[in-house]
Amino acid sequence: MALLEIKNLHATVGEREILKGIDLTVDAGEVHAIMGPNGSGKSTLAQVLAGREVYAVTEGQVTYSGKDLLGMKPEDRAREGMFLAFQYPVEIPGISNTYFLRAALNARRKYEGLPEVDAFDFLELVREKMKLLEMDQALLNRPVNTGFSGGEKKRNEIFQMAVLEPKLAILDETDSGLDIDALKLVAHGVNALRGPERSMIVVTHYQRLLDYIVPDYVHVLADGRLVKSGGKELALQLEETGYAGLGIADEEEAVGRV
Amino acid sequence: MTPVAEQTGAWLESFTRQHPAAPWIRQLREEAFARFTQMGFPTTHDEEWRFTNVAPIARSRFQFRDIVGQVSGLPANVQAGAIAGDARQWLAKQAFDQNAFVALNTAFLNGGLFLRIPRGTVVEGPIEVVYSVDGQVGNLPHVGPRMLVVAGADTQFTLIERYTGQGRYLTNAVTEIVAGEGAVIDHYKVQHESGEAFHIGSLFANLGRSVNFSATSIAMGGALVRNDVNVTLSEGTEATLNGLYVVNGSQHVDNHTTIDHAKPHGTSHELYKGILDGKAGAVFNGRIMVRKDAQKTDSKQTNKNLVLSDEAVINTKPELQIFADDVRCTHGATIGQLDAESMFYLQSRGIGKDDARNLLTYAFAQDIVDRIKVQSLRDSLERILFEKLHERPQ
Repeated sequence: MALLEIKNLHATVGEREILKGIDLTVDAGEVHAIMGPNGSGKSTLAQVLAGREVYAVTEGQVTYSGKDLLGMKPEDRAREGMFLAFQYPVEIPGISNTYFLRAALNARRKYEGLPEVDAFDFLELVREKMKLLEMDQALLNRPVNTGFSGGEKKRNEIFQMAVLEPKLAILDETDSGLDIDALKLVAHGVNALRGPERSMIVVTHYQRLLDYIVPDYVHVLADGRLVKSGGKELALQLEETGYAGLGIADEEEAVGRV
Repeated sequence: MTPVAEQTGAWLESFTRQHPAAPWIRQLREEAFARFTQMGFPTTHDEEWRFTNVAPIARSRFQFRDIVGQVSGLPANVQAGAIAGDARQWLAKQAFDQNAFVALNTAFLNGGLFLRIPRGTVVEGPIEVVYSVDGQVGNLPHVGPRMLVVAGADTQFTLIERYTGQGRYLTNAVTEIVAGEGAVIDHYKVQHESGEAFHIGSLFANLGRSVNFSATSIAMGGALVRNDVNVTLSEGTEATLNGLYVVNGSQHVDNHTTIDHAKPHGTSHELYKGILDGKAGAVFNGRIMVRKDAQKTDSKQTNKNLVLSDEAVINTKPELQIFADDVRCTHGATIGQLDAESMFYLQSRGIGKDDARNLLTYAFAQDIVDRIKVQSLRDSLERILFEKLHERPQ
């Protein structure tokens, strides 16, 4: 049984249709990359899967772990093992990173009928994962993402993922805004979390990330539809020819490609 | 009888049955009572009371009841006693003729609390005064806590006032602080009255040269609450006014602050934050006066409100009166709701909607809580706040 099965998914924001019929199946342990130019609907797909209410699903079904995903509240999706690493992690002044993450972990544990962990046990539990992402204690004690650099925010997302140990992780442009060192660090963290019980959807505009997080499958999203699917070599082909090589307009390539 | 006389006449009987006192106090009481009967209770036609209707107080038949604050944390060298003797030279110097409730409190002055902190005294722990009223026994009580704090030059101390109670009653409190040159004073007022209580309170702080003064006002309880903070700065004085009001149900809390920059080089920072739910109402009115002499004044005022329901109402108003030309004064007010993106972020991590809402609401109040320097107060406040935010009145 597939972990995630998306069938003919349509989604709109306001009057505008952004997803125009997505079909995608992700099995346990697989890493799928979804590539596409800006405005193709990549982030929308990620947010719709996580349950963001601003998007309305107008057609299609999504089954996750055999359950109807679209009928689930965002918090229940998370408790069922789904994790979205945000493209723009939200700053929350007034709540410490540790408190936030422990609340998240305990919400999940409660849902699974496990006892909650206290502040002391929590620190024990996350020690290894802090090392993995080179998170220091000071970063943990600071308010969630507040005053973090772009790289620290992305690292914090993957750190949360490491602690929450999801079954399905959706990485939304985790590479954007990272320099190469930060990118390597984040990719190292992600790779350490790969395993037969963990699937990932890696959403990105650039092939660069996929040098470090090597996917099993690559899909190209354009204008709300998956227009091409293949193995990891598809990403390399895109690197060569650009989205234009597939007949896809990309405003960024037109100005920025060297 | 005029409406004013009708209202105030009911207080006359209580007034005339008071305990005897020193002649100067009797005289002060009489002057104050005369002023009170002349003014009567304010109405919403009064600019100062535009959004706060005290008719429920004016209509009630209260019985005056003596109250004694429970004082703790007093070191041996701080003199504490009833307001008497040489208290006369400081008491009620900050005019009661503008405010009927201050006049009323003065008219019923009976003992009160007089703290004298001798010059140069540094008090380690906080001095705490608790006023607790049981409105469930006897007639509808009216209490009038009165405190006079005279701090000598270069003193350093923390004063906490707490107000609690049960049932229905009126607390009408006045605190006066006179601070000598270079004093460092942190004042906290925690108003956690019963949900049926009325609370009217005024703090007057007359701050000498180079005084560093902070006043933090926490308003959680009460059905109808009015809280006035008036500080007068001298040369080089620094004043910080922080406030947090959390209201739900049909609570109403009105905060009026006045910062009077009377002399040059004064600095004031003001941050008041409010959380409103249900059909609650709140008022923030921040007056900043910079007098002609008060050049090089630096003043910043901020009022932020988090409104959690469609029916809650906030009125916020800065009132800047600037008569000097070389000053920096900024002010800002915001009224907002919980941020949808933050809500989604928390939910996407498995935190339920109600918990996410409480967490974000709590986070909104956090910077006021963090500014409290007394650990035990911060802890108790976090507890009170937690309970308050988990109330879900309809």
